Amino acid sequence: MSTQTTKANQTSPKLQSKVPEGPIDKKWSTHKNNIKLVNPNNKRKYKIIVVGTGLAGASAAASLAELGYNVETFTILDSPRRAHSIAAQGGINAAKNYKNDGDSVYRLFYDTVKGGDYRSREANVYRLAEVSNAIIDQCVAQGVPFAREYGGLLDNRSFGGAQLSRTFYARGQTGQQLLLGAYSAMMKSVDSGAIKMHNRHEMLELVVVDGKARGIITRDLVTGAIERHAADAVLLCTGGYGNVFYLSTNAKNCNVTAAWRCYKKGAMFGNPSFTQIHPTCIPVSGDYQSKLTLMSESLRNDGRVWVPRKPGDKRHANQIPDEERYYFLEERYPSFGNLVPRDVASRNAKDVCDKGHGVGPSGLAVYLDFRDSIKRYGRDKISERYGNLFDMYQKITGDNPYEEPMRIFPAVHYTMGGLWVDYNLQTTIPGLYALGEANFSDHGANRLGASALMQGLADGYFVIPYTVGDYLSGEKSGEVDTNHEAFAQAEQEAVERIDKLLKSKGTKTVLDYHRALGKIMWDEVGMSRTEQGLKDAIAKIRAMREEFWNNVYVPGEKSTCNKYLEYANRVSDFLELGELMARDALDRNESCGGHFREEYQTPEGEAQRDDENYCHVSVWEYPGDPDSDPVLHKEALEFEYVKLTQRSYK
Amino acid sequence: MTINLRVWRQKNASTPGKLVDYKVEGVSEHMSFLEMFDHLNEQLMKKGDEPVEFDHDCREGICGSCNMVIDGQAHGPQKGTAACQLHMRHYNDGDTIVVEPWRAAAFPLIRDLVVDRSAFDRIQAAGGYISVNTGAAPDAHAVPVEKEDADVAFDYAACIGCGACVAACPNASASLFTGAKISQFARLPQGQVERERRVVRMVEQMEKEGFGDCSNFGECEAVCPKEISIQAIAEMRREYMKAIT
Repeated sequence: MSTQTTKANQTSPKLQSKVPEGPIDKKWSTHKNNIKLVNPNNKRKYKIIVVGTGLAGASAAASLAELGYNVETFTILDSPRRAHSIAAQGGINAAKNYKNDGDSVYRLFYDTVKGGDYRSREANVYRLAEVSNAIIDQCVAQGVPFAREYGGLLDNRSFGGAQLSRTFYARGQTGQQLLLGAYSAMMKSVDSGAIKMHNRHEMLELVVVDGKARGIITRDLVTGAIERHAADAVLLCTGGYGNVFYLSTNAKNCNVTAAWRCYKKGAMFGNPSFTQIHPTCIPVSGDYQSKLTLMSESLRNDGRVWVPRKPGDKRHANQIPDEERYYFLEERYPSFGNLVPRDVASRNAKDVCDKGHGVGPSGLAVYLDFRDSIKRYGRDKISERYGNLFDMYQKITGDNPYEEPMRIFPAVHYTMGGLWVDYNLQTTIPGLYALGEANFSDHGANRLGASALMQGLADGYFVIPYTVGDYLSGEKSGEVDTNHEAFAQAEQEAVERIDKLLKSKGTKTVLDYHRALGKIMWDEVGMSRTEQGLKDAIAKIRAMREEFWNNVYVPGEKSTCNKYLEYANRVSDFLELGELMARDALDRNESCGGHFREEYQTPEGEAQRDDENYCHVSVWEYPGDPDSDPVLHKEALEFEYVKLTQRSYK
Repeated sequence: MTINLRVWRQKNASTPGKLVDYKVEGVSEHMSFLEMFDHLNEQLMKKGDEPVEFDHDCREGICGSCNMVIDGQAHGPQKGTAACQLHMRHYNDGDTIVVEPWRAAAFPLIRDLVVDRSAFDRIQAAGGYISVNTGAAPDAHAVPVEKEDADVAFDYAACIGCGACVAACPNASASLFTGAKISQFARLPQGQVERERRVVRMVEQMEKEGFGDCSNFGECEAVCPKEISIQAIAEMRREYMKAIT
């Protein structure tokens, strides 16, 4: 049952996915058998730079150092252990089938492709599912304290809508424990001298020589020193770009700068508009707000989502009688009710708020009410299930969710888009690789819960150690050193940009611009998008970008610790990325997963895919300057093993 | 409300620092402590003054970046709460709050409230790991772990490496941080082979970094945002004594 690639989906000759031949369950093993190797004694001659030390970066650095490569890591934070992977709560999926509930590599693969609304590459997703079990083995061996049952074996839980228990977890801090595992593996090689760490260093430019990645330019965030680092390969493990929306669940320092500078050096960007907006976050409480906090999606098992039926009803929630409450998910989706998928729950919450039903001081929130569950099961049972989440909610809001409903609202959480990579995780620049959230590959248009940790570690532990060797075996080590003219030029570009930022001494702060950009992105490129809104967004972002460079105020000097200079530099890139995201969303005349174009919906208001014209990855090439139109390339997506169908949750 | 802040300002390690007074107006009770600093910095920059440098990232109490001594307490007055999760509703209009960086010889100051905590990375590198190369792991169920051991190991593993324990300790000891990592691995079957080598090397590295010794004040446990038990220090000592005798 193979899909035919239509003319509209034809793959550009510039995009060679390099997916191996053969049946899907044999592709990865065949590829590993055929891949070229680097002699063990030669590995130390090759230097590999790893930018970013979250799950993908730390696991890659550790694994490559163990193989004998000469590895150098870079992070903007003061320690690799602080990377934002640490904040992931829920868990990590694997097809262990320890519960004997019929799980398999195929089922995990199938669920992930379907969950992504058929916009991911089948072969990559299959490989992800295939290596998932080895990740759990590796983490357990590192001493990651996963939850266990009394018999001493690992416990599992189910995740939003899944029909299987395949999620491994460590209380509500799974990301932290997995990252500390990868960090400890990395520190083992720091101890042995195989890894050299550069903490508080930010990558500002990629150095490309004769079309190949040969190094990076960094800024020391303590002294401001600009440094050149040559390497035989560069791995970008720098996470996602949700902070383009200003408010998101991402950590404050998450940014797109490293990936964006690579884009501007020729690495193409895949599906930039694919953003996941998570339905259950603590809402914005005021203009000063700096970030949003996620509340686990598991709460929707026992909480009922509602708003006052009468728009503008300002009564306290507890004073609104049942018949005046609008349980909109239960009414609109009788069969799935409060447990509709993330994208559907988020869009509906926005819709009722747009119609004036929203609650709280801003009117941008809906209730998540545990009253009925507490009545049914008792307060103790609910506390046993969600006690830590209730406490966190109370710490942040000051309200007690046992006594009154929680207020929640959707928030930007993850970006499925990223640098385009082939099956080897190589970008369109040879020698430059992208791993984890920084690449586009595995989640299509919507990521499933507990799959981000899986992908970061799959790429770092079990994919890149093999595939980077295939490239390096054809390269002479140390081909280019930092005296090469390309380093001087890249360094000059980085310095000029910093000087330009410090020079304008205008009247608005970086935060003023970031917040304004975030509002445009949220309003026009967020949960619900229209042709006109996207066109307006492009014009507004362009105008804002021009104003930014003339009127931004960046304090201090470049030769000291200066966090607002770092921030200005990152926001300047968000001001370019935001436009590309809007362009990508405008070009994709369909709705799929988290990308919802109001013009393309089913009569019931659900995402309406157009496989005839959009069953492809949209891959954008930088045109040479930020104000010209980027060039669109396509990679056709062919589904041989999963049947394309329309999702319905009524 | 209006808050009177007294904030430690210091250009770099070689220039003397001092407390500087700032009146911060328009503070909302819903702001987090760090959001109040964002707000202060916006006000400073609009006047052309230099903002206060401080470390921060996740702002949900898990990355361990934030490090402020607030009115003499590491992370401030709320128990089990990092500064990023401390909210202004715990303060009153007109309050004066003194904010200083972590102070310890092993955490050299970089600027204002930013300090260098790389000593923690070096302690971790001196054995805070289980040596298992990628791909060399047995099946995850090959070695069962008692639930109680797994739970206790988790309690220790919850450390976020913020350094509040050091900042609060009169001796600037890193014993709670180091002890938590040692105790996590000592509880697990996977950690046994390197058990003795690990504790000796980590403890020695801790001393080499210039952290003081523990003399049982217990301040570390009192300020720890993850409420890690001082039991970790007792376990570390026991492990150390067993290893060297």
